[in-house]
Amino acid sequence: MDAAQALVDGAAGVAPMILYLLAILFAAFSGVPGLFVKNHGARIAATLMVASALLGISAAAGVLLGGPVASLQIHGTPLVSWGRLDFDPIAAFFVVPVLLLSAMASVYGIGYWGEHQEGARALRFFLGLLAAFLALLVGAAHAFVFLLAWEGMALMAFILVMTEDREPGTRRAAWIYLASTHTGTLLLIGGFALMMMANGSFAFSALPPGFAASGRGTAMFVLFLLGFGFKAGMLPFHFWLPPAHAAAPSHVSSVMSGILIKMGILGFIRLVSWVSDPPVWWGGTILVLGAISGIMGVALALGQHDLKRLLAYHSIENIGIILLGLGLGLIGKSTGHGSLQVLGFAGALLHVWNHSLFKGLLFLAAGSVAHATGTRDLERMGGLGRLMPKTAAAFLVGAWAICGLPPLNGFVSEWLIYLGAFRGLGLSRWAFSLITLGALSVIGALALACFAKAFGVVFQGEPRSDGAAQAHESSSAMLVPMGVLALACAAIGLAPIVISTPLNRVVSTLAAEGQGLPSLGSLAELGWLSAMAVPLLVLGLILWKWAVPSPRLKELPTWGCGYIAPTPRMQYTASSFADGLVQGMNWVLWTKVQSGRVRGFFPFPRRFESHLPDPVLDRVADPGLRGTAFLLSGLRFLQAGHMSIYLMYVLLTLLTLLVWMVV
Amino acid sequence: MPESPISHTLQVFLHILTVLLLSPLIPGLINKVKAVMAGRHGPPILQLYYDLAKLSRKQAVFSRTTTWIFLAGPVGAVAVGLMAAMLVPFGHGHAPLRFQGDVILFAYLFGLARFLTVLSALDTGSSFEGMGAAREVTFAALAEPALFLGFAALAKSTGSLSLSTMLAHTGPHFKFSGPLVLVLAGWAIVYMAENSRIPVDDPNTHLELTMIHEVMVLDHSGRPFALVLYGASVKLLVLGALLVGPVLPRNGNPWFNWLAFYLALGALAVAVGIAESVMARFRMTKVPQFLVAGVLATAFAFLLMLV
Repeated sequence: MDAAQALVDGAAGVAPMILYLLAILFAAFSGVPGLFVKNHGARIAATLMVASALLGISAAAGVLLGGPVASLQIHGTPLVSWGRLDFDPIAAFFVVPVLLLSAMASVYGIGYWGEHQEGARALRFFLGLLAAFLALLVGAAHAFVFLLAWEGMALMAFILVMTEDREPGTRRAAWIYLASTHTGTLLLIGGFALMMMANGSFAFSALPPGFAASGRGTAMFVLFLLGFGFKAGMLPFHFWLPPAHAAAPSHVSSVMSGILIKMGILGFIRLVSWVSDPPVWWGGTILVLGAISGIMGVALALGQHDLKRLLAYHSIENIGIILLGLGLGLIGKSTGHGSLQVLGFAGALLHVWNHSLFKGLLFLAAGSVAHATGTRDLERMGGLGRLMPKTAAAFLVGAWAICGLPPLNGFVSEWLIYLGAFRGLGLSRWAFSLITLGALSVIGALALACFAKAFGVVFQGEPRSDGAAQAHESSSAMLVPMGVLALACAAIGLAPIVISTPLNRVVSTLAAEGQGLPSLGSLAELGWLSAMAVPLLVLGLILWKWAVPSPRLKELPTWGCGYIAPTPRMQYTASSFADGLVQGMNWVLWTKVQSGRVRGFFPFPRRFESHLPDPVLDRVADPGLRGTAFLLSGLRFLQAGHMSIYLMYVLLTLLTLLVWMVV
Repeated sequence: MPESPISHTLQVFLHILTVLLLSPLIPGLINKVKAVMAGRHGPPILQLYYDLAKLSRKQAVFSRTTTWIFLAGPVGAVAVGLMAAMLVPFGHGHAPLRFQGDVILFAYLFGLARFLTVLSALDTGSSFEGMGAAREVTFAALAEPALFLGFAALAKSTGSLSLSTMLAHTGPHFKFSGPLVLVLAGWAIVYMAENSRIPVDDPNTHLELTMIHEVMVLDHSGRPFALVLYGASVKLLVLGALLVGPVLPRNGNPWFNWLAFYLALGALAVAVGIAESVMARFRMTKVPQFLVAGVLATAFAFLLMLV
């Protein structure tokens, strides 16, 4: 009877695993037919990616709603396992945004990157492979599989960033990205080695109690923190992110920002699930780094003039918010406060979904804008709301959500983290909760300022350049994915109760052994958010009906406050809009300003230029690495370029190792 | 305190009527106080009602630069103000709607109103309105932490995350104590900034260059402008209820509580009027320092509670 039961369970678990593997296969091969056919490659790729998303999401839905967990062992030799894939709740939770956003990016690609544009085939092929590696990574339950997928993901992303490799800026961005991601991988290999020493196996499993507090545990945490932090874009390891996101084609940026950097968060979540007794300083460190990333990310975003760089810095801000939730949850786990643990982890996890939805949406909308105007420079845009109203509406939804404003999804996840922080005030270690509250409120206000700037300067007012004046609405292949993502943002915002069960399922896997956690529903009355959202919308609609005039007079200009002939160039610019805040934070931002003094009654024309370099990349990493390269140039004689010399190095290394192991 | 369903329904009804009908009285009261202080007659206290009635009959003018977002600001401000009003306790013990965490929703609803107002200002393409919008978001970045630190202090003292309990049942130890005075001082600064009053912003100034809120709504007219004015008065009332809530006496008689609430609100309006009469608007560069004082006051309030 028991055996039969187990068999049934096993059979039930097999179905999601097969669906998941099929989803990976579909994604991996989505770009292949396009290599051989002449005309419809983009459509075929998009169809396969959508199919892959449907397969993967249906598999995930089963697991997240309480279905059995499936596991797949890959045996190399009878004794040694070479790998394992687990389609557990964590994998199911992360596979949803991975496949959804990849599919949407693929559909968007039909319109964004024309069939006969240079590199179209390679772009589709590698985008499919990137999605496959990402999907493989979330299910990896063994260090080998994990690192393989991690490297695959990093290399595919590198190739995709290089798409427009004729631009020197693109090449620089891609190389910086490649160097950073490999530094991160190196750190991860160290972390996994330490994990293996504790567990005796490279397969993912719970670490022995007491290990986390030991010296090796500390080293492992630091290596994972740096390695995963590099990928997530946590400050101060974020510097590869803005140039790479800005240089990549927009749908690739949306995948990178929406899901690729979340793989760093996946790493943190996996780490949390292995450790039953994390020291408080783990959570504290993550939380403080999250607060710094959040505030600095949005502050740096405020000073940007490039629409995609601005969005990239907001990714760092949102990673900061996720880390705040993660840190709170981890502190809750250390101190045994179940409510803190549930709210912190649930908020962080939901923000992973939310950020991939609204940031994916924003990058797609930004791509439409760049496509239509031929520029990413905010100061050359304006008035696009009337020329491309659907793109404008999509961007508005994204901006609304990313600012964490009700009734959209960004508010729900921030609300959960806020709830955790407020509850934490009454518990021990309340100082971390206070930091979270302060950081979240500042981040919220600054993000609002930044997106008011971005939306206002791009879509409102009058066009500031000919490119903007001749903009046109995007094709429906580009609009449909934006619409889908916008609807998803609204759905989670209006009915957050639907994600309560999946969140509970994932959060419960993060509990310590034998620890009972309160359910999310008992801590956060998500139903109230819907109850508030619906009357708000109805009230807004009624007032709208009352206020909207019929017929509408539209022949009059904006009042110029007494000026007779204002031109579009006299509108408030993005730089001026953010100037007050940027000046106020100049002690950390160090803006570069070049301007000439205006003198006399009839002054000559003057130029004004302001530029906000990245504080880490341009002020520390770049000069520091150049200096190191210069210092080490004396060692170049080692690289003589003869095969025999390199063979000698290998031999010497082996001999040294042998001597070290024997003695 | 057990409450009969009929009494409860009456209370909720009164709550809704208060916010719908009495809001425009507050700006009238403030202006009357300012006029008396300046030795003028001043407009009647009901002036805003007359203005609203007049504006709702007037035709609105829209700039050809604007899109539908131009209307979202006024509409959003009123809708948000009314919904936020449902979360704050007025005269009776509880707000009509209350749940754990409503305090965060309350703060973010006003964030939504600010977002929409700023966008509808930017929609006109006027550099003056852009200037006002930039100032609004800049100063809000300093007002927001003060508001949240005040909430943190009240949450720590009451162990609740709902405005109804945080404001109306602050506990015997908290009433008129040092932390509460500091929270209220910090919030008073937030109140001035959020409602665009002197010394942060001068609602009656004549030069667009020096305005914050007034310049953002320069291009609104007719019914949308009526919504702007009404929304501003609702905000005065709702944030005023937040400010007076913790010091109101609460006893078993709800009607006594309502009386105390109206009196406190009237006193607040008089205080604002007096403050506006005896002070000048700060230079724009001084405003952030003033707001930082608010953040510091609430931060000290939180620290004081720990000792």
